[in-house]
Amino acid sequence: MIAKLNPSAQSALLSLALFFFGLLLWHLLTVQPDTGPSATVLTVAEREQLVSLGMIEPDIDYYANEGIAFPQLEQIAGLGLSREVIEGAGGIQALGIAAVGADSPPAPGSLFPSPMQIGDALWAAVTDPFYVAGTNDMGLGIQMGYSLARVALGYFLAALVAIPLGFAIGMSPLVYQALDPYIQVLKPISPLAWMPIALFTIGDSEISSIFVIFICSLWPMLINTAFGVATVRKEWLNVAKTLEVSALRTAFRVILPAAAPTILTGMRISIGIAWLVIVAAEMLVGGTGIGYVVWNEWNGLRLDRMIVAILLIGVVGMLLDMALARAARLVAYVD
Amino acid sequence: MTATPVRLPISNAAGETVSNMASRPARKMIQIEALERRFPNPNGKGETQVFGDVNFTAHEGEFVCLIGHSGCGKTTLLNILAGLDKPSSGYVFVDGKEVSGPSLDRAVVFQGHALMPWMTAMGNIEFAVKSRWRNWSKAKAIEQCQKYIDMVHLTGSESKKPAQLSGGMKQRVGIARAFSIEPKILLMDEPFSALDALTRGSLQDELVSICQATNQTVFMITHDVDEAILLADRIVLMTNGPRARLCEIVENTLPGDRTRSDMHTHPNYYPMRNHLLEFLVNRSKTFAKEIAADGFDPRNPPVARPQAGAQAATRLSAASDNQSATTEKKAS
Repeated sequence: MIAKLNPSAQSALLSLALFFFGLLLWHLLTVQPDTGPSATVLTVAEREQLVSLGMIEPDIDYYANEGIAFPQLEQIAGLGLSREVIEGAGGIQALGIAAVGADSPPAPGSLFPSPMQIGDALWAAVTDPFYVAGTNDMGLGIQMGYSLARVALGYFLAALVAIPLGFAIGMSPLVYQALDPYIQVLKPISPLAWMPIALFTIGDSEISSIFVIFICSLWPMLINTAFGVATVRKEWLNVAKTLEVSALRTAFRVILPAAAPTILTGMRISIGIAWLVIVAAEMLVGGTGIGYVVWNEWNGLRLDRMIVAILLIGVVGMLLDMALARAARLVAYVD
Repeated sequence: MTATPVRLPISNAAGETVSNMASRPARKMIQIEALERRFPNPNGKGETQVFGDVNFTAHEGEFVCLIGHSGCGKTTLLNILAGLDKPSSGYVFVDGKEVSGPSLDRAVVFQGHALMPWMTAMGNIEFAVKSRWRNWSKAKAIEQCQKYIDMVHLTGSESKKPAQLSGGMKQRVGIARAFSIEPKILLMDEPFSALDALTRGSLQDELVSICQATNQTVFMITHDVDEAILLADRIVLMTNGPRARLCEIVENTLPGDRTRSDMHTHPNYYPMRNHLLEFLVNRSKTFAKEIAADGFDPRNPPVARPQAGAQAATRLSAASDNQSATTEKKAS
C-alpha cells in the first residue's frame, strides 16, 4: 500500500511516523506514576497503635497512601489534629514533621515536561501570543517580534554595506587584495566576541545586539558577492564591451543578474547565522527577545515554556530560510 | 617583390564576377598593418610572439575566413579586431578609423553562444539593440529584434530562455544579436564549431543568405575547410604559432552561387580543398623554411587561386615565378 503512494507522500508518512515515535518515546521517558510515592503498608499492630493515638481510619489511609512511614505517622497521630486542620496549617512539613518522600529527590524525568505539558504550554503560547503582563512576562509573539526586528535591522544594514562593497571587491583585484587580510582576520571572530566591545563603545544593549547581528551577517554576504561578481563569465562582459554598454548598465544588467544567485546564497547563509546569533546575544544582554525568554524560563525552571520557545525559534528560523530560498529561486538561471 | 599586386577578379554576393576592382573601388572595411601580438612568458622572463607581421585588407561586403591550427593566435587576432585585446605593435583600421577599443561598429559572434541565460532570446537581442540605439522606444526596439529573429528562423521562440533552446538555436540568437545592431563588420570566432554537422549546415546556409541580403562584411575564424570554401570569398592562411605568420591568401575559385549541396561537384572544389588541406597538414609547419628559401614580403602575402586543369593553382602576387611554380606542384 505504501509503495503505491508517490515519493513525497511516502516521505511525509515516514516523517509523521518518526514524529509519533519520538513523542511516544518522550512520553514514556517523562511519564509520572499516578499514585505518586508508593504507599506505606501498615501492619495490623501499627494501625491499632495509630488508632489508639487518636487518629481516625480515613486519615491513616490518606497519609499511608502519601508514602509516609510509620514513625512519622506516629508523630502526626501524636499531634492529635485532624487532617483538615493539618492541611489548613500548611501540611505536615509545616508542623515540623519530615515526611519521608517529600524530602527525597524527585524521580528521574518527573521534572522534565512530558509531551502533553509541552502541548499545553504551546497551546497557551499560540493562542495568546501578544499579552503583556509585566517586563518579564510577555507573549511569545511580542518577544519573537523583538528578536525579528533586531535581526531585520542588523541584517539589512549588513546587506547595505556588504553588497556594494562586495561588488567593489569583486570588480577590482586591487581592492580585493587590499581588503583580503582584514576580511580573513575579522571573518572567523565569533559574533559574540564583539559583544563586549559593542557594549563598551556603544553602551546601549539594544544597539549592541543589532551591531552583533550586523557583524555576523556581513561576511557571508560580502564574500559571496565578491566571489559572484569576480566570477561573472568573461564572455558576458565581452558582449557588454563590444556593445559599448556603460559601466553602470553593465553592473545592473549583466553583473548583478549573473552574480545574483551567488549573492542570494550568501544572504541565505547570513540570515541563518543572524538567527543563531540573536538568541545567544539576547541571552547575554537580556531584557526582551526570544533568546531572553529561553534564559528566563530556564531560570524559573519553567522547562515546558522554555521548550516551546526553543521550538518556535526553530520554526521561525526555518521560515526565514524558506523565504530566502524562494527569493533565490526568483533570480536563479540555468546556464 | 616590388611588383604591384595584381588585382584579382572576385565574385560578389550576387555571383557575378567583378572583373576589375579598380573600376569599382570597394571600401576598405578592414585594414591590418604590421600587426604583432606578444604575450609575457609564464616564467616572467621575456615575451613570446604569438604572431607578427600580419598585413591584410578586406573590402566591403567581403566574407573572409581565417584558417590556422590551434595556438596560431586566431582568436587573439579576432579579439584585437573586436577591440577586446590590444596589439603589441601594428595597426588595425576598420572603415578607415583606427581600432582603439570595442565598438558597436564591430559585432562579435562568440565561439560559445555567450547569451545571457537570465534573459529571453528576445531580451538578449533587445539588450544589444537598446545599446546601439539608446533612445529608441520599446516598440521600435522590439520591431528591430523581431526582424532579425525572423531572419534566423526563430519566430515563436522569442520568449524562451537560452537553456530552453538547442545549441543551434542558441547560436542563431547569437547571430541575430550580432546582425541586429547593423555593424560595419561582423567578427565570428568559430561560431559553428560546437554544433553537430546537420545544424552547422543549416546555419551556414542561413548565414550565406543573410550576408547576401545585407552585404555584410564578415571576418570569420574556422578550422573547417569545407565551411571556409562554402562561405568565404577569400581564405587567409596562418602558419602555426608561436611566431605565426599570415602565409597566404586563397581566392575562392568556386562560383558565388555555390551551395552546400552542389559545391563539391564543381571542378574547382577539390583543387581548393586539397590546397587548403595541404596547407593545414604540411605547409603550416614548414612555412618558415619556405620563406627562408625564397623571398617573402609580409606586406604582400602571396595569393593563390587553386583551379582545375593544368593551371591547378595559380599564384598571382608579388611572389616570384619560381615560388608560384612550387605552389602549383604542391596544390595539384
